[in-house]
Amino acid sequence: MLSDKDRIFTNLYGLHDWSLDAAKTRGDWDGTKEILSKGRDWIIDEMKESGLRGRGGAGFPAGLKWSFMPKEDTGRPAYLVVNADESEPGTCKDREIMRHDPHKLVEGCLIAGFAMGAMAAYIYVRGEFHYEAGILDAAVEQAYDAGLIGKNACGSGYDFDIYVHRGAGAYICGEETALLESLEGKKGQPRIKPPFPANTGLYGSPTTINNVETIAVAPTICRRGASWFSGFGRENNTGTKVFCISGHVNNPCNVEEEMSIPLKELIEKHAGGVRGGWDNLKAIIPGGSSVPLLPKSICDTVLMDFDSLKEVKSGLGTAGIIVMDQSTDVIAAIARLAKFYKHESCGQCTPCREGTGWMWRVMERLVKGDAEIEEIDMLLDVSKEIEGHTICALGDAAAWPIQGLMRHFRDEVEDRITSNRSRSAA
Amino acid sequence: MAKMTIDGTEIEVEDGITVLQACEQAGVEIPRFCYHERLSIAGNCRMCLVEMERAPKPIASCSMPVGDGMVIKTNTETVKNARNGVMEFLLINHPLDCPICDQGGECDLQDQAMAYGFDHSRFKENKRSVTDKNLGPLVETHMTRCIHCTRCIRFSTEVAGVEVLGATGRGENMEVGTYVEQAISSELSANIIDLCPVGALTSKPYAFEARPWELTKTESVDVMDAVGSNIRVDSRGREVMRVLPMLNEDVNEEWISDKTRYACDGLARQRLDKPYMKVDGKLQAASWHDAFDAIGGKVRGLDGSKIGAIAGDMCDAEAMTALKDLMTALGSNNIDCRQDGAKLTAGARAGYTFNTTIAGIEDADACLIVGSNPRLEAPIINARLRKRMVEGGFKVGMVGEAVDLTYRYEHLGAGPQTLKEIADGTHSFCEILKSAERPMIIVGQGALTHADGVAVLAAARKIADTTGMIAEDWNGFNVLHTAAGRVAGLDLGLVPGEGGKDVAGILDGAASGDIEVVYLLAADEIDTAKLANAFVIYQGHHGDAGAHIADIVLPGAAYTEKEGTYVNTEGRVQRGRRATFPPGDAREDWAILRALSEVLGKTLPYNNLAQVRARMVEIAPLLDQLEVVTPSAWADFGQAGSLDGGPFASPITNFYMTDPISRASATMAACTEAFVETGEKTGTDG
Repeated sequence: MLSDKDRIFTNLYGLHDWSLDAAKTRGDWDGTKEILSKGRDWIIDEMKESGLRGRGGAGFPAGLKWSFMPKEDTGRPAYLVVNADESEPGTCKDREIMRHDPHKLVEGCLIAGFAMGAMAAYIYVRGEFHYEAGILDAAVEQAYDAGLIGKNACGSGYDFDIYVHRGAGAYICGEETALLESLEGKKGQPRIKPPFPANTGLYGSPTTINNVETIAVAPTICRRGASWFSGFGRENNTGTKVFCISGHVNNPCNVEEEMSIPLKELIEKHAGGVRGGWDNLKAIIPGGSSVPLLPKSICDTVLMDFDSLKEVKSGLGTAGIIVMDQSTDVIAAIARLAKFYKHESCGQCTPCREGTGWMWRVMERLVKGDAEIEEIDMLLDVSKEIEGHTICALGDAAAWPIQGLMRHFRDEVEDRITSNRSRSAA
Repeated sequence: MAKMTIDGTEIEVEDGITVLQACEQAGVEIPRFCYHERLSIAGNCRMCLVEMERAPKPIASCSMPVGDGMVIKTNTETVKNARNGVMEFLLINHPLDCPICDQGGECDLQDQAMAYGFDHSRFKENKRSVTDKNLGPLVETHMTRCIHCTRCIRFSTEVAGVEVLGATGRGENMEVGTYVEQAISSELSANIIDLCPVGALTSKPYAFEARPWELTKTESVDVMDAVGSNIRVDSRGREVMRVLPMLNEDVNEEWISDKTRYACDGLARQRLDKPYMKVDGKLQAASWHDAFDAIGGKVRGLDGSKIGAIAGDMCDAEAMTALKDLMTALGSNNIDCRQDGAKLTAGARAGYTFNTTIAGIEDADACLIVGSNPRLEAPIINARLRKRMVEGGFKVGMVGEAVDLTYRYEHLGAGPQTLKEIADGTHSFCEILKSAERPMIIVGQGALTHADGVAVLAAARKIADTTGMIAEDWNGFNVLHTAAGRVAGLDLGLVPGEGGKDVAGILDGAASGDIEVVYLLAADEIDTAKLANAFVIYQGHHGDAGAHIADIVLPGAAYTEKEGTYVNTEGRVQRGRRATFPPGDAREDWAILRALSEVLGKTLPYNNLAQVRARMVEIAPLLDQLEVVTPSAWADFGQAGSLDGGPFASPITNFYMTDPISRASATMAACTEAFVETGEKTGTDG
């Protein structure tokens, strides 16, 4: 279990003041100038060595991503964009960071922005996060007033601006290129890649987009060293991570823990265990609504990290853990997620636009058992036709929960159909 | 060059193209809906997915740039499944109403469903239905059929330059439309009908008229403006059903204007289908024989100087050749093809053509427009200018009306005063022209028809000379014509001969009695009131202004009904072809003149089309050079003089009605009502 001295987010629960003075007592903005003075390459190397993988869901190595930004002057400005459009069902870590520890993010923006040669950072905040955007705005204001950002940020001689932008409440705007479109004032629809944002991003300029948590942990990594951070978790899955545990647990919570902690241990230690005991567990979605769920048998032993969850055909995603006990109608749960993806599909490309609605409608019938057994395979077939054929990952995200359901609970779906048939026959 | 492997075959392609284009070069066909080579890449239909080695998922070939060593596979099971899947998705919410869909027979979705579709549907839910939109008098919508390829959105935004179409809503509720209901206010709007790969956008005037396989297709040339857009005339029996664009990279790419496309219903109305003679002040049907006799009675023995002839804007070169020869034979020098009185002379060809060429616009980096509104006078050329503008590094200045050209330009002034400043080198825009590598000037009829038109021409020439528009491989001097027959007329020398009268002279002469006989070859855009006292012979195809004043009406053929040679504003010689026969007793125009010449005892020395054309080439050798623009030598033209006229104004105020055909067209009338006369309607407007 992660000891208190190793926690990065020391005010995750809002027990203390979020403002600049209080944040400084917790160690934020300490020696930022010295970190910057070590240079761009040092910061990027440190990030690479720390093994930090992006915390937004895809888990791309953060240091590597930063290193893609052009080193020489391209004649265009470079931007850092922070993805604070946290909309993944079951995930609420960025919200807590912005609410209670905004200066970690603000400082992170400066360090990350400096490391990639960005002139400004745009923080794209989910539209519904009204309160959080207000706090973030105030925190940015405080940082400006204290000379920490803006002209000659922290006395480093580097000019750096931060803008807080509020979205309008579309899940798809959390997809990095749709976010850029939205930020530019256009309809939030993902862009075709290539070109990648590191080459042609915001306003056609080199841009790196990172999750709030990724950016917020960067200052601490620079201060305490890459080896400290990489000392947690397994190889290739290092560091600490904020887990969001919700659903049928006794004590739903956000908690910062070491990576690769066993799922069972995480829930028992921090969330007060599954409602009615571990044996009452039915399934867990381990990484936000997009990843396939896991039945209890796998949950018994699986470790919470990228590779371990991938081995069991799921994913760490955003680490939004949704726990479902035996009282759950797991088919209805997945149908609800299918409805979510149908509602949030942007409509740009064919498979997702047409397929998500189709899958949701079939799922609704499966909840009632009003279907043929063969339709299960048809549904899987449709999900395969969407998966990997779309512009962005929303298509995959819509397909995976259903594939997970059929992988682990196909019996239950078939039972539902058979019993419905015998009921209507009677 | 990039070396890549497509389906096991190695191919070398140029850098910067996409995988889809490379596949085409390799002879591998890739199905697609949203991709269109003249529009930006959307990559949204996902039909063009192919497999790329080392890529975890299939890639959209339309948006993936080629790279050295790329290995592409288009015939694997993965690719097949992806295409079948996309096709299935497109069809689940697409109504299977092909039997009542106007796109049937020329539908991309229908065609590709044959290759990639299933034989039955697995979709058991309700299909989506979408409210139709009203996009004006030209474009009919059936939005339930829309497959959201966004070609129409991209066309109107990028090519036409009007941001009226867009997508609203999300996911399966996404709809293409204008948001607030409005017609698409572009002269190129109907091209979205051709672009639509399904039957969502179809032609309103052509709705339920014919099926594509019933139509006879004739490749021809448009005469509604001087661009010479290449068209395909689709006819059934005697009727022209529709006009579609033909691909010609040098002229119209694959677009045509709405007038080119839709004025064709005017070909069936107000037609002159038999000769008429004025008896007791009223036109009465007559035979060719009687009509010719009446003309003979009037003209035989009359001094040539008392006869005048005016050729109209849509005349083919063959008819004008015959008219010129006939007038010469009759001893008349009073002949003119410049109905609008443009001060252009027949001499130096560089002085009356669009020397830069339409495609050449793309090489220019600065442009001065003088007295022209290219958006109305030549929408296709305006689209080319816009295309150049969108590319960047192109500055446009305008002397004339401050109109919306769909792109940014600097409005320098309204009339000759500004032009004079530029010619004198005192205007700030001169610096832009001088610093440009390939500057160009476009002089429009709005400036050339001015009283001081000759001086305008000279000033424009001076600007060309002094700002470096004339170089070995570049001629930036351009005259933008509005009449399809004008350049050929000037080539053939249909201008007053020694001591002859021009259009104004003929009209005034007719009013004063100096001119007794006026021969109007499809000339309607003149002040016909002045012709009241003269004996007027009108030869043309429509009962328009000219026929109303005529004493003798000789029914000719419209552009779709004859083999004709036209020279566009660039000087490009193109052939129009006969799609249908002229109605009733109407005949091809050169043949009428040839027959008449015999009656007048001045038999013209040709008996068939080949002989007329030989004579035509004898007069103007360049008319032999089909499809190409022969560069003209820079020469002297125009005449310096005082520039003191009023502000320039485009000759076209109503784009939809500029000639007898479009004036007779119901569709063009509907467009006029929708786009031009947009004032408040009262109860009596119907």
